[in-house]
Amino acid sequence: MRTMLLAFACASLIAVIAYFGLNAAGFDAASSTAGPSVRLSE
Amino acid sequence: MIRTVLAVTFLWLTTLGAWAQDNPTPDRSATGGAQTLADIMARQDAMKLDDRFRSENLGDPESAADITQQLGTLGGQSDPDLWRALRYDAADVTTQSRGPAATTLIQDGGMQWLAFREGRLLRWGGYLLLGTLALLGVFYLIRGRIRIDGEKTGRTITRFKAIERFGHWLMAGSFVVLALTGLISLFGRKFVIPLLGHESFAVIALGAKWVHNNISWAFMIGLVMVFFMWVLENIPNRHDLKWVAVGGGLMKKGVHPPAKKFNAGQKVVFWSVILLGGSISISGLSLLFPFELPMFAKTFSHLNDLGITGLIGMDPLPAQLTPQEEMQFAQAWHAIVGFVLMAIIIAHIYIGSVGMEGAFDAMGSGEVEEQWAREHHSLWVDEVKAKNANQSATPAE
Repeated sequence: MRTMLLAFACASLIAVIAYFGLNAAGFDAASSTAGPSVRLSE
Repeated sequence: MIRTVLAVTFLWLTTLGAWAQDNPTPDRSATGGAQTLADIMARQDAMKLDDRFRSENLGDPESAADITQQLGTLGGQSDPDLWRALRYDAADVTTQSRGPAATTLIQDGGMQWLAFREGRLLRWGGYLLLGTLALLGVFYLIRGRIRIDGEKTGRTITRFKAIERFGHWLMAGSFVVLALTGLISLFGRKFVIPLLGHESFAVIALGAKWVHNNISWAFMIGLVMVFFMWVLENIPNRHDLKWVAVGGGLMKKGVHPPAKKFNAGQKVVFWSVILLGGSISISGLSLLFPFELPMFAKTFSHLNDLGITGLIGMDPLPAQLTPQEEMQFAQAWHAIVGFVLMAIIIAHIYIGSVGMEGAFDAMGSGEVEEQWAREHHSLWVDEVKAKNANQSATPAE
């Protein structure tokens, strides 16, 4: 059972590391989906 | 190959209704070639419609009138021509935003995706999960808990080492969280908002999305660990046929087909987790990094080239998709495969806990009752015993 709890704790830790790690590496979903300004070509 | 089969199944499921009905070309002489009421009604009924009369009617800059004449300043394109070009993603759009999807201003796949997501996906996905629970309930009522038939020995045998259990629980724990947060995202609007209200659901949905996005990495790590630890022992062998022939002995007391470390049922679960979990991971990565990992247009193109769509009587699949359509396909596929895997895992959880005496110990402590092991994995017990005997017979150096 200790192994199971350790694995659950690691899953939580990985989630936190992934969040801060990806942000630090410059991955941000919002930057890909935002489209603030659009215009038609002349 | 499997990806191809899954993609065809998915397309068949999502487009069956639209392909089933064909619409004859209406007479458009009364509108001068523009769309008629019949076109609009056919579109609303999700009928297949050849709309090249609109998609290819985008004006012609080459035939632009002189600037002193009417329409000259519009470069040979009228306003309707321009709007049609935007509608069919054929306009030359320039944006300050550098996002891959920024130049697609209109795409109507969104409505089909929304109708699918809020209709068939929720309905059939819900039926699948509830049906699985109901079947397991009926199975429990008929069979009860599968007990250890023989007399317990009091001795235990190590079934899974700590690293194996860690990999399993890393994947399993994160999968349960992913399933619950995924269901909240999918069903929240229909079931959580009426219960708790918009404000509460907003907080729940935000939290569920954060957890879902970030714990997915733990699932993928666990998936890779489990694959490498158990793949060799999950290669099918002749004993699996015997196991399948008697239904694993699940339906009848006292029937115990021989099996090595993993029986045929466990192998089905293993390969389902690896293949479906792998597919969910890939589509999940596509959703996690929007527009960066498009894969459906390429897959559809391969299917068309292989002639698979023709073989099953389908029109060629769209080999060109807008970035938004790629995301819609990724979300729908992610959810469909997720539902199937959830149903399989619910059955796995049942048999590994309340459904079978002694089964949980394998992943709990790693030590199982020897009699349980003999009944469910007799060949594996013989292997372990022989190995231990060899080790004890070898003199210490």
